[in-house]
Amino acid sequence: MTLVRTTFGRRAFIKRVGLAGGGLVIGFSWLAACKDATPEEVVMMPDEWFEINGFLKIGDNGMVTIMSPNPEIGQNVKTSMPMIVAEELDADWEKVFVEQAPLNTDLYTRQLAGGSQSIRQGWESLRMAGATAKHMLKQAAANSWQVPMAEITTAAGVISHEASGNSAHYGEMASAAAQLEVPEEVEMKENKDFSIIGTSRKNVDGKKIVTGKPLFGLDTYREGMLVAMLVHPPAFGMRFKSMDAASVKSMPGISDVFTFDTYTEGTRMSFADIATFNTKVAIVGESTWQVMQAKKALNVEWEEAPDEAYDIDLFGRILTTEYPSGKENSDSHSLGMAETATRKGNVVRKDGNVDAAFKKAAKVLERSYSCPFLAHNTLEPMNFYANVTEDHAELIGPIQTPEFMEKSVAARLGLTLEQVDIQMTRMGGGFGRRLYGHFLTEAAVISQTVKRPVKLVYTREDDMTFGNYRPAYYVTYKAALDENNEMTAFLVRAGGIPESPLFANRFPAGAVENYQAEEFTIKSNVSVGAWRAPRSNFIAGAEQSFLDELAEMAGKDPIDFRLELFDKAINNPVGENNDYEAERYAGVLKLVREKSGWNSQQNGKHRGVAAYYCHNSYVAQVLDIAMVNGQPRVDKVYSAVDCGIVVNPDAATNMIEGGVVDGIGHAMYSAITFKDGAPQASNFDKYRLIRHGEAPRGQEVHFVKNDIDPTGLGEPPLPPVMGALANALYKANGKRYYHQPFMSNKPLLG
Amino acid sequence: MATYNLNINGQSLSVDVDPSTPILWVLRDHLGLVGTKFGCGIAQCGACTIHIEGSATRSCQIPVSSIGNNKITTIEGLSEKGDHPVQQAWLEHDVPQCGYCQAGQIMTAAALLNSNPSPTDEDIEATMSGNICRCGTYTRIKAAIKTAANSGSLS
Ligand code: FES
Ligand code: FES
Repeated sequence: MTLVRTTFGRRAFIKRVGLAGGGLVIGFSWLAACKDATPEEVVMMPDEWFEINGFLKIGDNGMVTIMSPNPEIGQNVKTSMPMIVAEELDADWEKVFVEQAPLNTDLYTRQLAGGSQSIRQGWESLRMAGATAKHMLKQAAANSWQVPMAEITTAAGVISHEASGNSAHYGEMASAAAQLEVPEEVEMKENKDFSIIGTSRKNVDGKKIVTGKPLFGLDTYREGMLVAMLVHPPAFGMRFKSMDAASVKSMPGISDVFTFDTYTEGTRMSFADIATFNTKVAIVGESTWQVMQAKKALNVEWEEAPDEAYDIDLFGRILTTEYPSGKENSDSHSLGMAETATRKGNVVRKDGNVDAAFKKAAKVLERSYSCPFLAHNTLEPMNFYANVTEDHAELIGPIQTPEFMEKSVAARLGLTLEQVDIQMTRMGGGFGRRLYGHFLTEAAVISQTVKRPVKLVYTREDDMTFGNYRPAYYVTYKAALDENNEMTAFLVRAGGIPESPLFANRFPAGAVENYQAEEFTIKSNVSVGAWRAPRSNFIAGAEQSFLDELAEMAGKDPIDFRLELFDKAINNPVGENNDYEAERYAGVLKLVREKSGWNSQQNGKHRGVAAYYCHNSYVAQVLDIAMVNGQPRVDKVYSAVDCGIVVNPDAATNMIEGGVVDGIGHAMYSAITFKDGAPQASNFDKYRLIRHGEAPRGQEVHFVKNDIDPTGLGEPPLPPVMGALANALYKANGKRYYHQPFMSNKPLLG
Repeated sequence: MATYNLNINGQSLSVDVDPSTPILWVLRDHLGLVGTKFGCGIAQCGACTIHIEGSATRSCQIPVSSIGNNKITTIEGLSEKGDHPVQQAWLEHDVPQCGYCQAGQIMTAAALLNSNPSPTDEDIEATMSGNICRCGTYTRIKAAIKTAANSGSLS
């Protein structure tokens, strides 16, 4: 065991215990949670709850409620974060309830879902919360039994003292424990003693999901609530001019039609407030269908928008978001990127001298890759419930960034932070879209205007035609081989609209003597944002396809070719700041080589391989394609993953399987294109998402076993699979795929 | 507005709504049955799948006026205790990620197994391709359907 000072979140623990006074506290959102409790759960309810700290409370019957601080978007943190608390608490997992914590910046750190960081950043404080509570329970038992605390042991929710034969379940000591001082130091377990972490536990909301219980923001219904919908400009580069509101105000069930500004001067604060279309029309009425009819009937006149720019705070750095005027087209986007990439970009990293090396090269390969804008398309469209009164705002819904939105929405409404109460619902997908909480603010402003509780609902069309999209990207690679087929130079020139996907210090930086990384950007008024594995979601596939073609030119096996480069990076690294650990990178490649039987003949299977590092984790994949009726069909995908300690292996496997399907789907089929600023797809009839029959027939996921603290999982499996797919397609039909989506009839870019 | 008496999950329920209102919104807005989800509104995603007289139907496309006496089953009424073989198989395979599509997936799968108790991979793919899972749980959905088919407890 390791002794750790209880500094992390200590303030939170002390505060709660102080608050608890006599030690008895009824869970603050317990009654709300009870509503959806399954019959089994109701039977297990205790009569009283004792709050030990902000993360957990213990019932008189030994049941434990663990708060899950972070937003749940399908990454399963609502199960895995409480597992970490339960581990250090030595709880009986069968007796654990999990409750979604509300936004509370005093109690919890980083209540954010994004960047695959929830577990990584919560690791310490979650363990501390469990360990502290266990310590206090043991102390309470030691006091009551008059025995030394050091002789007391705990297991599965039971406290025992062997010598005296005393034993009690946690519920029996909870009241006394809740009144104790928070210890100065607590013991944390050694990894080898974990009994919950590293074992597969089912999704705590599983039963509710399969029986259709209300869990999602869109399922929020309250007495007296109205439904609100928006009308936003039909094209980027347009804005509101005028409307004929009177004609729809008289439609059945419609109570209000008006325009409003989402953000006013000074109320746009952080990156979470990035959004275009500031002035929008709100339609408010009794039922969803009635408001939908009014939305269809409303006549709005739009006009061209002028140049627009605003500053936001991006984790302490001021970022200017610019939307130049004009109505843009995908054709010119493509040409613009391809043309810009012919010229030298802004040099971000330079090792050796690539130009000289290219002159001396035996062979040179140069290739360009591109991808289109993508919509997030969470299956649950954007929505939020708001009940704003003169001195209070109750906001309920799916949001990845509640901490950030609390500040800006309070400013927008003219309320204090204390007057704003944000509650997080389970999210029907996030993928980055719900980092941008304008829909929360929209709902709040509408409620404040109509002085009624409202639920704002986006139609699929609203959702798909209103950014913040994955940017369009383009990259040109150029590499040199000498007469021994060793790579002597590598040039990457990456750009995009409006941002570049370049990671200058990632592989193969560090593994090649002469290396240069350049970038360029092109301005646009198409609003963009983070989309699952930002930037990596394109550049990984492009890079891994290029390396595949390069390995072929070198006459080497694609895995051997990469491993040689990693050897170089391990033994003889070039330059500083190489942003990866070559051993772990090579480790996943070796693991996938073994598990996929890479070196054995595969009949009728065409295989591609790729590996990538992002969000602090390493993933290598082998993808098999079979030709079915002359069409390529992904047959099987093998993933090897190094993400440190795996908290919940089966759930982690699910996440990786999903990332694989997501990556294949978007690389193969998906795009959002523009004509005169208007998105050319607004629903799933035109926007193609991968379907059941196009998903891999089978998947295998293998984890590297190590003792490294957990790293990202939500994003890392997606980027490399796009490369493995392109490389397997080449083996299947002899064609290299450079431009996504691979299965479009006409290349969208380049 | 008109009054409709609907047979939903074995109960007789009455609503007063515009005849054009899709049954999806009648369920969600007027009857508090929110397990049936809105995903696209144009019969493309399957999130709104319910059973009408046992067949899987996109509830976003069916106006309340066309229901008549036909029996409707929603996810809430698929089984009394949430233990339909498909629901059990879903839990066994821990299929859901975000979970939003899963009610629709389960309803489509249950209707498939009703008409075809031992579907092949191709049957499953053909039927389930109308239901989008944005989180990509297709691999597990297929496995769960096979488990349900082999459970021997399909009635
Ligand atoms: S909402 Fe009915 S099929 Fe998508
Ligand atoms: S589980 Fe998220 S859409 Fe299917």
